[in-house]
Amino acid sequence: MLILHCPYCGVDAEETELHAGGEAHLKRFGPHSSDEDFETYLFARENPKGVHFERWRHANGCGKWFHAARCTATLEVFGTYSAQVTTPPQAIRDAITAKRPGWSWRDVQ
Amino acid sequence: MSDTVSALNGATFQGFVTVEDAGLQGMITLRGDLGSAKLLAAVTAATGLVTPSQRKIVSQGDMAVAWMSPDEVLILTPYDQAGTIAATLAQALSGEHGLVQTVSDARTVVRLTGAPGSVREVLAKLAPVDLSPQAFEPGEFRRTRLAQVAGAMWFDDTTSARIICFRSVADYVFKLLCISAEEGGEVDYFN
Ligand SMILES: [Zn+2]
Repeated sequence: MLILHCPYCGVDAEETELHAGGEAHLKRFGPHSSDEDFETYLFARENPKGVHFERWRHANGCGKWFHAARCTATLEVFGTYSAQVTTPPQAIRDAITAKRPGWSWRDVQ
Repeated sequence: MSDTVSALNGATFQGFVTVEDAGLQGMITLRGDLGSAKLLAAVTAATGLVTPSQRKIVSQGDMAVAWMSPDEVLILTPYDQAGTIAATLAQALSGEHGLVQTVSDARTVVRLTGAPGSVREVLAKLAPVDLSPQAFEPGEFRRTRLAQVAGAMWFDDTTSARIICFRSVADYVFKLLCISAEEGGEVDYFN
């Protein structure tokens, strides 16, 4: 059972209060983008064994979207953070480095 | 005038706690910048109450203001005053980015009364929330789920709690609470 701290209402929400929103920090390619960019945006996803960044929504709660950094292999949660960022904040990266030295995810490390 | 009835129309159930329709309840959703001085002043002018901090509810008499999210509060009023208070709020907030909507008939309120530990237990069986007295005191307002549907709960005092859910699931939530409160189902975890 995953427990994520909602940064908006401060609740340590159990998984059944949450809705998974897939991979975090995707850059949207819409009209007028190249076919390759659009295809990658639609279909290409990370599937790591280890550090991963995701979007979650506190659906049965305050209703807000937020980001979470966790390990897909152990379910260890490194931290949660605001939805209003396009890349993981330094504090979250540092928390991961403390537990998983040398980690990387896409172009983030 | 039409004869307005609540979704549960006065239903009651006597188990090891009492589950009952709390009746018609005025409710106003206010969305906006909860950091805005203009908005905070408008809430106080309309309700006489100070906007609560994160996950709190403040109440006095038959008025209350509950924190719903960083940009939303729910205002509880007497049923027949909701429209007037909402209009006053909307007027006070003209020009401000926000939303005021009367939602009284979109929701249902259920009341639980009984021994302090028992009221907590009826809720604890249904929601993934720490309902121990240290973790959840009167004055806290918690949005969560009750079995399979969304709801919010708070304690008026140690022996009484109220639950808000959508009107469309009123019957489901009422029956859930009745099953949870059925005689013979006591766990006595909080007693
Ligand atoms: Zn939340």
